[in-house]
Amino acid sequence: MSKLGIFTKGLIKDNPTFVLVLGMCPTLGTTTSALNGAGMGLATTFVLLLSNMVISAVAGLIPDKVRIPAYIVIIAAFVTILEMLMKAYVPSLYATLGLFIPLIVVNCIVLGRAEAFANKNGVVDSALDGLGIGLGFTCSLTVLGLVREILGSGSAFGWKFIPADADGILAFVLAPGAFIALGYLMVLFRKIVLKK
Amino acid sequence: MEYLVFLLKIIISSVLVNNIVLSQFLGICPFLGVSNKVNTAAGMSGAVCFVMALATLVTYLLQYYVLIPLGIEFMQTLVFILVIAALVQMVEIILKKTVPSLYQALGIFLPLITTNCCVLGVAIMVVTKEFTFGTVTKMLNLGESVLFAVSSALGFALAMIIFSGIREQMEINGVPKPFKGIPIALITAGILAMAFMGFSGLV
Amino acid sequence: MAKQSTFTNMVLCLFVVCLVCSGLLAGVHTLTASAIAQAEQNKKEQAVAAVLPEFDNSPLNESISFSFNGEDCVVYPAQKDGSLIGYAIQSDAVGFGGKIALMVGISADGRIFGTSTLSQAETPGLGAKITSDAKFIGQWKDIDAASFRFAVKKDGGDVDAITASTITSRAYTKAVQKAYEIFKSIPR
Repeated sequence: MSKLGIFTKGLIKDNPTFVLVLGMCPTLGTTTSALNGAGMGLATTFVLLLSNMVISAVAGLIPDKVRIPAYIVIIAAFVTILEMLMKAYVPSLYATLGLFIPLIVVNCIVLGRAEAFANKNGVVDSALDGLGIGLGFTCSLTVLGLVREILGSGSAFGWKFIPADADGILAFVLAPGAFIALGYLMVLFRKIVLKK
Repeated sequence: MEYLVFLLKIIISSVLVNNIVLSQFLGICPFLGVSNKVNTAAGMSGAVCFVMALATLVTYLLQYYVLIPLGIEFMQTLVFILVIAALVQMVEIILKKTVPSLYQALGIFLPLITTNCCVLGVAIMVVTKEFTFGTVTKMLNLGESVLFAVSSALGFALAMIIFSGIREQMEINGVPKPFKGIPIALITAGILAMAFMGFSGLV
Repeated sequence: MAKQSTFTNMVLCLFVVCLVCSGLLAGVHTLTASAIAQAEQNKKEQAVAAVLPEFDNSPLNESISFSFNGEDCVVYPAQKDGSLIGYAIQSDAVGFGGKIALMVGISADGRIFGTSTLSQAETPGLGAKITSDAKFIGQWKDIDAASFRFAVKKDGGDVDAITASTITSRAYTKAVQKAYEIFKSIPR
């Protein structure tokens, strides 16, 4: 596969949210607004990129039977680094995303890419793969966040377009709206992008 | 007596009001993935309940008797996930040797639990967050943490079993093609979440 | 491509991976620890500055701790040109989704100058509006605490509650009232 192909497949063909349906917890839990969704997506991309690179570099040295625990340790280390950096430099975003940052460890996308791609491919390819999948995840989360923000709070990227004291459709900020908005977006994605 | 009411509030709050799946968004993957049949849903819930109680017990002790005294709380995520992975392996081996019938029922779900975020989520929550039940706000102690873990798992089980029942029914219904599978499941879950919102304010 | 697994190399490999990762984390922890503490300090500083008129000392470094109703509480005195102008007081109450922590600014003569939310876990779009609703936050500016009736209008008080969030509004009111009680018992 060409380098460009490795990078772009995560955006549409292997989109982690709409096609592979992985990492649903942060997808539903953090997308109350477009910016929160984008923040969560970028945080995951950071971990995915670094863990993919390191795992592809050391995969040959790790005995087969302990590879999963070893990968989990590596991923957990990057997640903790991300946690500390976010606490130090973007504390308000960290406070909003809260529990879902440490939970990147158990996001199936990260371990899934390590197992399905990074341990069989070179560092550069793995980096491109991580970046592609990560950005695909970021885009999906931003779109879902944007839809929920527009419907739920009447604003887009924090800019409010309905009168200041008016409310949006509250259900879309709360839990039920997350499930329903994602369900309909998935239908639209299947109809328009995948044409099936 | 007052303390019993407090414990009851922990149970009601985590099973119904703050249901771990439908309002906290933890454990969505198994919720969508293994909820086609009521039987498998119940098996998965049993395994989660068992591992969650055990994991919360061990990680709680580790946090307060190892990580905090040594001043290395920043290792929390790494240590907790390792403990959970090891526990799942151990439970699997022990069950296989001692209670083969239970292993038959839960066995295939056990490896999936390592990456079930509600186990790690609950383990982290009880040691980092103050909980409010009624008018009391405090950090949970060991017993209360395990109770919280068990009742969260019961909440998970409740959501799983209701949801799989609905999905079994849906199998026979004509669903428009683009909605088949995950999308219709998500929309159903949304309506279920709306029903659970009715419990808010109960505790 | 992955190596054959033997007991020695499995143990050795996991050990090395854990060791390297722990070392890395310890390193990053040392590098970011001061920045994390600084970020927390900044948040508090901003909250203090938001609830008090202009001051020229550093209230956070001159905090007074004392016991109030069996609870430890901390107040931050603000001064201008050497004379005391007021206190920033940390206070809390239990709302709908958990604890609501506030910073309340009270001037030396007992007027509430302003309030700011430090942390809350209220429902997004409903109770969580205590951090964004201009009308609700606006009513906590410059009020005479001694004659103010600390209760929402529904309960016969002076506070305009946020629509559909009475429990949150009550808790907010209670927290401000508690701050005023703390203010009255500051040892002088």
